[in-house]
Amino acid sequence: MVPLSYYLALSGILFACGVAGFLIKRNIITIFLSIELMLNGVNLSFVAFAAHWHQLAGQIFVFFVMVVAAAESAVGLAIIIAVHRTRETLNVDQVNLLKL
Amino acid sequence: MNPPLHLWLIPLIPLAGATINGLIGKKASRQGVSAVALLASGAAFAMALWVALRFSSLTVVPHIEIFAHWIRSGGFNVDFAFYLDQLSLVMLLVVTGVGFLIHIYSVGYMWEDAGYYRFFTYLNLFMFFMLTLVLANNYLMMFIGWEGVGLASYLLIGFWFTKDSAASAGKKAFIVNRIGDFGFLIALFLLIQHFGSLNFQRVFEAVRPLSAETGSAGWLTATGILLMVGAAGKSAQIPLYVWLPDAMEGPTPVSALIHAATMVTAGVYMVSRSHMIFERAPMALTVVAIIGTLTAFFAATIGIAQTDIKKVLAYSTVSQLGYMFMACGVGAFSAGIFHLMTHAFFKGLLFLAAGSVIHGVGGEQDMRKMGGLRSYMPWTFVTMGIATLAIAGIPPLAGFWSKDEILWKAYSSSQGSWVFWLIGVITALITSFYMFRLMYMTFAGDYRGADEHELVVVGHAHGHDAHGLPHESPAVMLVPLIILAVLSLVGGLVGIGNRFEHFLAPVFEQSASLSAAAETSNAIAETGGHGKEWLLMGVSISIAFLGWYLAYLLYSKKPELPQKIADALGGLYATVVHKYYIDELYAAVFIKPLIDGSTRILWQGVDRKIIDAAVNDTADGARNVSDEVRHMQSGNLRSYAGWIAAGAAAVIAYMIWMWTKA
Repeated sequence: MVPLSYYLALSGILFACGVAGFLIKRNIITIFLSIELMLNGVNLSFVAFAAHWHQLAGQIFVFFVMVVAAAESAVGLAIIIAVHRTRETLNVDQVNLLKL
Repeated sequence: MNPPLHLWLIPLIPLAGATINGLIGKKASRQGVSAVALLASGAAFAMALWVALRFSSLTVVPHIEIFAHWIRSGGFNVDFAFYLDQLSLVMLLVVTGVGFLIHIYSVGYMWEDAGYYRFFTYLNLFMFFMLTLVLANNYLMMFIGWEGVGLASYLLIGFWFTKDSAASAGKKAFIVNRIGDFGFLIALFLLIQHFGSLNFQRVFEAVRPLSAETGSAGWLTATGILLMVGAAGKSAQIPLYVWLPDAMEGPTPVSALIHAATMVTAGVYMVSRSHMIFERAPMALTVVAIIGTLTAFFAATIGIAQTDIKKVLAYSTVSQLGYMFMACGVGAFSAGIFHLMTHAFFKGLLFLAAGSVIHGVGGEQDMRKMGGLRSYMPWTFVTMGIATLAIAGIPPLAGFWSKDEILWKAYSSSQGSWVFWLIGVITALITSFYMFRLMYMTFAGDYRGADEHELVVVGHAHGHDAHGLPHESPAVMLVPLIILAVLSLVGGLVGIGNRFEHFLAPVFEQSASLSAAAETSNAIAETGGHGKEWLLMGVSISIAFLGWYLAYLLYSKKPELPQKIADALGGLYATVVHKYYIDELYAAVFIKPLIDGSTRILWQGVDRKIIDAAVNDTADGARNVSDEVRHMQSGNLRSYAGWIAAGAAAVIAYMIWMWTKA
């Protein structure tokens, strides 16, 4: 039996990797992948807790997260395509017109 | 029980006239507007006459008609109700009668004016408020009329509102009246506090058993003096008289109706109506008498040196009102009301005749540019001459009877004194002098306005013949003049044998405790008094002729004399010409500090430095903070992510810190 803390540590590492990728990378696609990484880090802690406490609620939540993530990636990819068409770049540092 | 007299119709008919003319008069023809206005005021007059005819058949006087409840608040009740006794009947007849004549006159005088319908709307509105004032059954309704006539006065003084002087004269009248109204209101509050009522009958019944405040001044004295403050505002007495001469900016019929015959006498009416209070406050009565006497003398001296025909009459009005207050102040209320009535006739006539003169010479008001008008305007000359004889106190015209009555009472009454009489007689001399001066300057000699005539600034909108020689006014203006002249001739005869006094006696009956003093003074009058009365009468008649002679000497026989006298008097003359610098004094003492205080403290200090500053500083602060903070919104996605991560890290750090502490 693998202890709960192992799962949580892995979950934390996954999430931290996501955050780091989000902050460091400039390519939108990579940033997008980093978001998915963070979501799945959270999902891992959900299912770990669900298994540990024998509660189904955590697993149900994971389904919700996955549904939202699927919807988000559909919209997000559509936006990325639109950005690429108009700006001809995927570098977020050059997509900075929306400001005061 | 009395049969119903439908008193409500008397004020409401003019109100209906004002409403009709005000709503549709702009589109109606001048004939239509005149018909409505004349019908309204004529019907009010007819009603008043009918009421006067029915008056003797009334079994209960005062006759009271209650139409509706107004305020029911605990024990404090005010009704919409009218009160008819001998005093209000006299006022009713004077207001509707003179008012109707002046309406007729105005048709001719204002015919060329662009604001014709507006003028008659205001005039009818004035009639409504004035009739409410004189018929009111309680002080509160009287106050409505009181404020209403002030409003009408304001509207009519500023009738030619495009002229700056007219607009500010209107404001001045209104503001000065507010000061008086403040005193009146406080007096009403005192009455409510002590009697819980403003109803005339209830207040008078409650006052009746009280004894006079002879030793020390009590609240009755305070009420009396505050009522007098109100009266001084409305009736242009010292120290609040300054608005009336400026009010001459209004059209001349307005000066005649409102600022000579009716509205300005409202104060005299109010004091007389409240005689029950004043009789029990001898000190307040003395204040009234002193203010009246001083005003009479003071205003008359200013009248000597004025050159504007209407200004002379304005100061004369202030002076004559002073006589009325002198009469009230010595307890001779019926003499005051008598003078009020005769004054309404002859002063109304004087103003209307002056209007006719101004009309005839194309808008000129300066008497130095008149002269010799007798041959051009014979009717105006004759009628104005009659009014002048009347106001000067030449027997047997109206003014003689009433003025002599006042002077005699000022001397003989228990409240009176020879000082009042002496100042009154000197004032009579001055009155006679300045009135005949006006007559000589206007009607005698040669016409002096011919050359400048075309250059005359026609302040009045009658742009008709601003050229050519003076001419007589149309018949529609002359008929009221003639009727008023007849009234000025015979109006005083009702006072012979004290008939007028006896008619008003039920109103001014003395209560038992006070009548003792009156008895003694009457006894004096009966025994040694008659000879003295004739003597004093002789003095006042000769004084009137003396004034006439002086005016004749100075302004007809030796026209170069006045200038010499003026030069000899130097500074004194200049002071009189400048009306004793009272306007300048008020400007320096009251108006300038008020304006400066408002500008520097309230506007620049409180408003700009505190209120505006608070609002503006809040806005400025928000903007300055935003200016700094908005740089965070760089548009750079990764910096946003960085802020979010930093924020999340901070929250987590806080939670861990709290957790470890617990």
